[in-house]
Amino acid sequence: MEEPTKKELLVSKIKNGTVVDHIPAGRALAVLKVLKITGSEGLRVAIVLNVESKRIGKKDIVKIEDKEVSENEANLITLIAPTATINIIRDYEVVEKKQLKVPEVVKGILRCPNPHCITNNDIEATSVFRTVKVKPLKMRCEYCETEIDENDVIRQILGNPQIKPV
Amino acid sequence: MKSIISSYDLTREDVEEIFKLASKFVKEQKGDSLRGKTVALAFFEPSTRTYLSFNKAVINLGGNVIGFSGAEGTSVTKGENLADTIRMLDNYSDAIVIRHKFDGAAKLASEVTDKPVINAGDGKHEHPTQTLIDLFTVFNHFGTTDGLIYGLLGDLKYARTVNSFLRMLTRFKPKSVYLISPPQLRPRNEFLEELNYPYKITSNVYDVIEDIDVLYVTRIQKERFLDELEYERIKESYIVDLNLVSKMKKDSIILHPLPRVNEIDRRVDKTAHAKYFEQASYGVPVRMALLKKILGE
Repeated sequence: MEEPTKKELLVSKIKNGTVVDHIPAGRALAVLKVLKITGSEGLRVAIVLNVESKRIGKKDIVKIEDKEVSENEANLITLIAPTATINIIRDYEVVEKKQLKVPEVVKGILRCPNPHCITNNDIEATSVFRTVKVKPLKMRCEYCETEIDENDVIRQILGNPQIKPV
Repeated sequence: MKSIISSYDLTREDVEEIFKLASKFVKEQKGDSLRGKTVALAFFEPSTRTYLSFNKAVINLGGNVIGFSGAEGTSVTKGENLADTIRMLDNYSDAIVIRHKFDGAAKLASEVTDKPVINAGDGKHEHPTQTLIDLFTVFNHFGTTDGLIYGLLGDLKYARTVNSFLRMLTRFKPKSVYLISPPQLRPRNEFLEELNYPYKITSNVYDVIEDIDVLYVTRIQKERFLDELEYERIKESYIVDLNLVSKMKKDSIILHPLPRVNEIDRRVDKTAHAKYFEQASYGVPVRMALLKKILGE
């Protein structure tokens, strides 16, 4: 994990859990959304926004105590934070650095932008998007074959149409 | 055999086998390969040609038909969702033919039943059995579907028959394909990117008409335009009339999935190029061939 420029850490180290670092500035809340963390779970979570990063200029950090994110969750994070690194912490030590890759298939999280897609019109249908291209990101609805790009994904997860692409 | 949701669900060998069977059924529309079998026709959106030809195809092969055309009079109007309707039909039938107004409905249907599902048109997505009929007409006329120059004219963006046609052609070796449409109705990029044959996009049919062997016409619908004046101005340049036909190659043909409104001048019907009624007549034999391939042991 990169150290902030000042000697002091904004948020202290966690004993056990997950640190998601190098999140593009402004997307930490989207990372929590992808991880389905709303605050009501009772988890202790620290969110650091807009701190300096040597690697990506400005970044966000999310520290989640007592939760180790899964492979699948880690891959979902790449959709909105391709620069992110994920470290699993046990007893203050990094025990695992998750290798991120864009998931082949994303079920249920994204919504098809085509209003006539069956996934928007049937109570039992779940959206399924398959990755067609990783860079730049392009995903295709498995049902109506409408394609979405990184901006669409971020806009949907963040609910903020003003977000700047990385 | 599996479900037919997209043209991609058929290989060249599948299509050739279907053509061979269909040629036989053109001569004699009889068979018994569906004896004891029931085919459900789930037409959530009304249809004339497709519904009736599937219906007749099943009867000709000795099978039974159940189903509906138009959601009216079914539990769909009470709010029953697609999956539940399909589960019910699954209990009563050996295969399900579905027509639905939403894109991707046929795929969803295929996921809730183990029975083969045949897509008879799902929204603006695909209509692969229509393409089988289209290409069978080409095959009958030219003796091949390879080496020809195709011209697709009209609404290439929202027409499901066009999507299925472009995809089915990837199974063959067209010499080239002209995609002729107003700029706002050009084919969707995701469909174009997959094509493995040469194609050219143009807005002017007169620039390319002399090259074309197979002219495939689709209707330009008024509701696709924000501006009615724009529609009125544009539609004239996509009407197939005697003037356009006079520039066509001698042996070339005109196809249309029908229903036709006014995109082909009725005087063209009498020319040797007009093959759309013959094309429609292949609806039953081609669908017989497909059903036999899917259900007949």
